[in-house]
Amino acid sequence: MTRISVKVDGTAYEDEVEPRLLLVHYLRDRLGLTGTPVGCDTTNCGACMVDLDGKSVKSCSVLAVQADGGEVTTIQGLASADGEWHPLQRAFHEQHALQCGFCTPGMIMAARDLLRENPDPTPEEVREGLEGNLCRCTGYMNIVRAVLAAAAEERRHQAPEPGAVAEHAEPSTAGSGAPV
Amino acid sequence: MTDQLTGREPEVGRARVRKEDARLVTGRTNWTDNITVPGLLHIAILRSPMAHARIERIDVTPALERPGVVAAYTGRDLAEGLGSLPCAWPVTEDIVLPEHPPVAVDEVRHTGDPVAVVVARDRYAAADALEAIDVDYEPLPPVLNMEAALAEGSPLVHADKGTNRCYTWPLATGEDYATVRERADVVLRRRFVQQRLIPNAMEPRAVVAVPPDTSDQYTLYSATQIPHIVRVMMAVVTGIPEHRLRVVAPDVGGGFGSKLQVYGEEAIGLAVARKLGRPVKWTESRSEGYLATHHGRDQIQDLELAATRDGRLLGLKVDLLADMGAYLMIVTPGVPLLGAFMFPGIYKMDAYDFTCTGVFTTKTPTDAYRGAGRPEATFAIERMMDELAAELGMDSVEVRRRNWIGHDEFPYTTIGGLTYDSGNYESATDKALALFGYDDLRSEQRKREERGDPVRLGIGVSTYTEMCGLAPSRILRDLRYGAGGWEAASIRMLPTGKVEVLTGTSPHGQGHVTSWSQIAADVLGVPFEDVEVLHGDTRTVPQGMDTYGSRSLVVGGVAVHRAARKVVDKARKVAAHLLEASEDDLDFADGVFSVKGSPDAHKTIQEVAFATFTSHDLPDGLEPTINAEHVEDPEAFSYPHGTHLCAVEVDTETGRVRIRSYVCVDDVGKVVNPMIVEGQVHGGLAQGIAQALFEEAVYDEEGNLVSGTMADYLVPCAADLPDFLTDRTETPATTNPLGVKGVGEAGTIASTPAVVNAVVDALRPLGVTDVRMPCTPERIWRALRDARSARPEEGSS
Repeated sequence: MTRISVKVDGTAYEDEVEPRLLLVHYLRDRLGLTGTPVGCDTTNCGACMVDLDGKSVKSCSVLAVQADGGEVTTIQGLASADGEWHPLQRAFHEQHALQCGFCTPGMIMAARDLLRENPDPTPEEVREGLEGNLCRCTGYMNIVRAVLAAAAEERRHQAPEPGAVAEHAEPSTAGSGAPV
Repeated sequence: MTDQLTGREPEVGRARVRKEDARLVTGRTNWTDNITVPGLLHIAILRSPMAHARIERIDVTPALERPGVVAAYTGRDLAEGLGSLPCAWPVTEDIVLPEHPPVAVDEVRHTGDPVAVVVARDRYAAADALEAIDVDYEPLPPVLNMEAALAEGSPLVHADKGTNRCYTWPLATGEDYATVRERADVVLRRRFVQQRLIPNAMEPRAVVAVPPDTSDQYTLYSATQIPHIVRVMMAVVTGIPEHRLRVVAPDVGGGFGSKLQVYGEEAIGLAVARKLGRPVKWTESRSEGYLATHHGRDQIQDLELAATRDGRLLGLKVDLLADMGAYLMIVTPGVPLLGAFMFPGIYKMDAYDFTCTGVFTTKTPTDAYRGAGRPEATFAIERMMDELAAELGMDSVEVRRRNWIGHDEFPYTTIGGLTYDSGNYESATDKALALFGYDDLRSEQRKREERGDPVRLGIGVSTYTEMCGLAPSRILRDLRYGAGGWEAASIRMLPTGKVEVLTGTSPHGQGHVTSWSQIAADVLGVPFEDVEVLHGDTRTVPQGMDTYGSRSLVVGGVAVHRAARKVVDKARKVAAHLLEASEDDLDFADGVFSVKGSPDAHKTIQEVAFATFTSHDLPDGLEPTINAEHVEDPEAFSYPHGTHLCAVEVDTETGRVRIRSYVCVDDVGKVVNPMIVEGQVHGGLAQGIAQALFEEAVYDEEGNLVSGTMADYLVPCAADLPDFLTDRTETPATTNPLGVKGVGEAGTIASTPAVVNAVVDALRPLGVTDVRMPCTPERIWRALRDARSARPEEGSS
């Protein structure tokens, strides 16, 4: 057993863990943070993605002991303290970018990392940036729309002056699929 | 459209964002693997590493020495309390129905067949202890090739049955096919192969079995599409009386047919919970699921199409071999027959001859996978239509036009014996062609060919229909299916004015909570937000037939609609009493009963509900409730249709395919929520395209699943797929009051042939007439090489 201390979604934990315990099982089985699911055993699907010290990682391929001294953010820690959703959470909802929702935590965490590195991606850059995350329900098109919408919103939020024009086309919400 | 009188916008037709999303985007989910209860133990299952072998000796006692291990069982240990896993669809009288123990006793018949079960305090300890179990296997010959399996002297999957033939199911309609063929100018023969696919719902399967609680019921949580069917079947398999078994499908992360199943692990969980009196959990790893969760498709299709010189179809002959795998699961034998009626597609012809033979092999059992029989049928006919066009030098849209059922010919009874109630293939096709820019693309295609461009353009057409709304119960009887096809809904009008809808459908991503709220809100005239939809728990919703086969809206949604109408009918009686008017003098609109001519005299339906709650002032003999339920048995299938067009660029030097554009115009009848419909189409397209280009479950000659992990089986990612241009026409179904047709499988059914037709279209000038799915760069490269060597005068090899 190894002693680790790790901060998860703002709460500090100290635990004795088996050295082989995967971070995702530590989150799910020890801390009860079941918002992060496990979708595969070969690091392909990305459903288990979390943020570890500012980078998105697949928590099925990180040992809990490797997170010792670190800070983890999961899907459950994304909303603000007063419960306001992260722009990506809102955009996934508004663009119908989830159906069963199993890939959604990982998809949102990966998209968050993507937008940190590239706040104004093209649709192709979004598709390539999410290569490590599989979704079986949506066909990805609405996920791309959602990430672009969240990016636009974040840029608007951070724009130095009003009326700043987005460089890339914003996703269409017109037509029969427009949410209300 | 807004109601002229009330200003209330109808809910049906609105792109409501989903009620389901809040929990899912914030991680407050309830997947089966999340569930924990005091004293929970974990199950791990030892599975056969061999495709076919006799178990000579098995000893689980060394596992019991491992730390944390509570129990370990062989198949024989568990056999006492467990029956064979059920097949509910014995399609012929003489079908071969093998025994299917949840844990193998004497013989294993596919890699992944369970042989022993370990129960331990945590999942790691359980998994570790598997390696301590001793098994001696005596290898038996694997049975992997369907045609070889049917040959005299083949090794047998089930030796006691004396054959690998499971069944042969024939259908011949219209004129005699052989006679019709005599009249034909053109007879085309093709063999297509529907490769084996792995469904890959993102949530792996999981089971939690809890021994009787204060209500004396066992509880089985399962990542299933069919909690109600599982309850019935588990009662039969485990002997737990049905009324003492509750089955819950919590949040379920996709299914695509793979969770339309009654699985051995559900029986194992209940059996172990019963033996130990402790709750147990089993969660599959993805690689385990590749062996243990059923596969899809896997057919060899021999087709013959007879036509006239001017492109008119005369007859179609279909001979199928369908791989059952090692055992018959819940609807394994019936899946190919769901396609039996659909091979003629949207076309008119004089004769149709169909035969399907089910074959046992030593592979993971097959069963329903998105579309289930209909993608196979649609692929076959749509590929053949393109082959016919090529043979006759005719445009591939034109050859379809000459044969499809005209919009003025509905209702139309097809050669397959189905009566299509409505449709407009002309309208959907014209719209799709315009969106696609068909003529421009054809022109570009010719130019590329003329200049010998190494990157060729191909255009694929697929004008499909499918049958949804499983199913009229009498038709299921005629097909020898073991249950009905109805769906149940009930509506509770709560005293505070809120509404609960209980549905027998069991959504796992389809958004029923949102769509059913829209349907109920419209009929009852209550706010969308005031409706809650409950599902997936046999204790809450005791009656249901669950979710599969694009049936939920057409059967379950209609059940909600009709139950709500019954609520209004009951409320009308109470309102008449409260308003001291006759029922005939009441109007009902926007949730308000008002007396004709006296608009000030009115009661809302919520006030009526409250009046039944207090019941202080009801006439004698009037039941004090306006709650209602309805069980809908559909009168007919529904027939969505559409036109899908795909343009691909194929690099003839590398074999690489790029989808340049994809346009589809689907007609799914009336639409409850266009955003959800569009999402269903997108996801369906992705899966159909994946069959065309990427996915295949591959076995080696020993019967090992080579594509045995997600690293080896290519589920497409975002970068592998294009944007889709989707649109709709709307020809309402005439066989249900909502005019809906179903949409869950349409995209998958239509897209596979559209893509493969496009690939072949690109390569046809180079001598290629078919590419086996998935159309990988290697297969395309080989097809080009073979075509070149078959035509040496046109180039070197």
